[in-house]
Amino acid sequence: MAELLRDRETAPGARAFDGPAGPLARAREGLRAYGLITAMWIRSTMAYRTSFVLTALANLAATGLDFVAILLMFSQVDRLGGYGLGEIAFLYGAVSTAFGLADLTMGSMERLGRRVRDGTLDTLLVRPVPVLAQVAADRFALRRLGRVTQGLLVLAYALGSTDIDWTPLKVLMIPLMLISGTGIFASVFVLGAAFQFVAQDASEVQNSFTYGGNTLLQYPPTVFAQELVRGVTYVVPIAFVNWLPGLYVLGRPYPLDLPAWVAFTPPAVAFACLALAGLAWRAGLRSYRSTGS
Amino acid sequence: MTSDFITLDGVEKVFDVRRRTGFLRRERHQVRAVDGITFQVPRGEMVGYIGPNGAGKSTTIKMLTGILTPSGGRLRVAGIDPARERTRLARHIGVVFGQRTTLWWDLPLIDSYRLMRRMYRIPDARYAENLDRCVELLDLAALLEVPVRQLSLGQRMRGDIAAALLHDPEVLYLDEPTIGLDVVSKAKVRGFLRDLNAGSGTTVLLTTHDLTDIEQLCRRVMVIDHGRLMYDGPLDGLHEVGQSERMLVVDLERELPPLEVESARVVRTEGPRQWLAFPAAASAAPLVAAVAERYPLVDLSVREPDIEAVIAKMYADRGTS
Ligand SMILES: Nc1ncnc2c1ncn2[C@@H]1O[C@H](COP(=O)(O)OP(=O)(O)OP(=O)(O)O)[C@@H](O)[C@H]1O
Ligand SMILES: [Mg+2]
Repeated sequence: MAELLRDRETAPGARAFDGPAGPLARAREGLRAYGLITAMWIRSTMAYRTSFVLTALANLAATGLDFVAILLMFSQVDRLGGYGLGEIAFLYGAVSTAFGLADLTMGSMERLGRRVRDGTLDTLLVRPVPVLAQVAADRFALRRLGRVTQGLLVLAYALGSTDIDWTPLKVLMIPLMLISGTGIFASVFVLGAAFQFVAQDASEVQNSFTYGGNTLLQYPPTVFAQELVRGVTYVVPIAFVNWLPGLYVLGRPYPLDLPAWVAFTPPAVAFACLALAGLAWRAGLRSYRSTGS
Repeated sequence: MTSDFITLDGVEKVFDVRRRTGFLRRERHQVRAVDGITFQVPRGEMVGYIGPNGAGKSTTIKMLTGILTPSGGRLRVAGIDPARERTRLARHIGVVFGQRTTLWWDLPLIDSYRLMRRMYRIPDARYAENLDRCVELLDLAALLEVPVRQLSLGQRMRGDIAAALLHDPEVLYLDEPTIGLDVVSKAKVRGFLRDLNAGSGTTVLLTTHDLTDIEQLCRRVMVIDHGRLMYDGPLDGLHEVGQSERMLVVDLERELPPLEVESARVVRTEGPRQWLAFPAAASAAPLVAAVAERYPLVDLSVREPDIEAVIAKMYADRGTS
C-alpha cells in the first residue's frame, strides 16, 4: 500500500496550483464557484421532490395573490395617486422582477447570521473560492423563481395594456432598469449580511429594506410623503430601482423636481452600492471570530 | 527556518468577550486563547497537538488555516500568511473538523467529491488516482452512492478525511478526527494517516483527546495549556517532564508490612501483593535485587507508566500553578 502512495510523490510546492489573482479573475472564480454550489443545492432540493413542488406552488400562489390585491383595489378606484392600473402594473412588475432576481441569487445571504453564530462559516473559509460566492449560493432555492416569474408576467401585462411613446432609449431602459434594480437590491442583501457579522440578528433590519422596499416601490411616488420619497432617493437609493427609470418610460413627471437625466443613472448607482457593500463585506468578514467549539 | 513548513513565532489570539452580568449590565473581558506560542514543523512531520479542554488547540488550527487572524505574533504556512492570503493557502491545505462535516448532507458521498474536484480544479487523472486510493484505504467503496445523512459517524468521518485529501494538500490539519469513533474505525483512520504521512510525505498536525492516537502516530507531541506550549518533543520525553513513575508489583510468600527499600515507595498492598512506585527513568534491576535479597519473593512484574496518567498529572500540576 505504501508503494501505491509513494509513486504519487511530486516535487514539493509543485502540487498546488495557486489560482488566478486580480479582482477580475477573482470575480470570475466567484461566479464559477457560485454556479457549482448552486447546482449542488438544486440537486439537494430534488432529493425532496414533492416538498419542492409544493413549496414552489405555494410560493407562486402567494406572490400571485399579492398582485390580485392591487387588481381588487382597482375594482373600487380608477386611479391611485394619479396612476392607472397599467402604469401601476408596470412599476409593480419592474420592482418585482428586480427584487425577485436579487432574492433568487443573493437572498440566502440573510441566513449568514446563523452560520456566524454556530461557527459553520469555518468550513467555507478553508475553500479556495471567495466566501461571498459561497454564502450567496448557500441553500440556493429555485422556488424563488416564483417571484421573478410573477414579476415578468405582470410587466408583460403592463407593457401590453399601457400606451407608451416608445423610443429606442425607452426600449433600452427596460433591461437596464431590471439589471440595475437587481444590483441595487443585491447590494442591500450583501450589506445586510455584512452587518450580521457584528449583530447576528441584523437580518430584520435588512428585511425592512428588501421586502419593505419592494412593497413600497410597487406604488407610485405620488402616494407617499415627500420625506419618504427623499429618503429612498438620497439615503437608501432604492428609488433608482423602478421609480426614476420607470417614470421616464411612462413619461411621468419626476418626484422631487429631479432632472430627466437621472433616469439614466441607475447603473452607476447600482455600481456604487455594490462597491460599498463589497467593502462592508470585507470589513465584516475580517471581524469574524468563529466559535469556541 | 527555510526548511520549516509551518512556523509560529509568539502567536497570540485574544478574544474580547462580553458577558451579561445582570439585567442590561455587561462586563467585558479578554480571553487569551493562545498566549504566545512558538514552534516549527518541518515538511513531512506528523505532530500531535494535545491539551485539556479550552487549552487553545482549535484556536491554533483556525489561525493556521486563516479562519482566525492572530492578535499578535508571526505565522507562516508554506511561506504564506494564512489570514492575509487565506484563499491562496486553501489549495495547499486540507482540514478536517471532527465536529463539523463539509460533506453535502442530502447528496451521495461521491457528489461531494465531484464538487471538490471542480472547486479545486483537480486534474482528472489525479482526481481518479486520489479517489481510488482513498476509497481503497478508507474502505469507502460501498458508501459512495449513499446520501451523507445516512452515514454513521465513523463512515462520515472517513468520508470527510477523503474529501480533505483529493486536492493533494501539503499539510493536513485534523481537529479531533477520532472523536466518537469505535475501536475499529479509529484503527482504520490511524492506519490511513500513517500511510499517508509515510507514503506521500504529507505534513500532519492533529489534535485529539485520545492519547492512543498520539502513541500510534506521532513521534513528536506538543502539549498546550492555557494557550501556552508546555511541552514540545518526543512522546517518551513526556515521562521525564511529567516525572512519571513505573510500578514494581511483587508477590511475597506471605502477608508482610509495607516493604522498606530505597528509591521506591509502597503505594498499595493487597494480601501478599505489594505495589512499589519508582522513577520511570531509573532501572528496575537494582530495585528487584534489593527486594529479593531482603524479602521472600515469589513473583514480580513491572508496569510501564500510563501516558494517560502522565498527561493528567501534567495538566493538574499546571492548573494549580
Ligand atoms: N470565538 C470565540 N469567542 C470567544 N472565546 C473563544 C472563541 N473561541 C475560543 N474561545 C475561548 O478560547 C479558549 C480556547 O478554546 P479552543 O477552542 O481553542 O480550545 P481547545 O483546546 O480546542 O479545547 P477542546 O479540547 O475543548 O476542543 C477557550 O477558553 C474558549 O472559551
Ligand atoms: Mg477544540
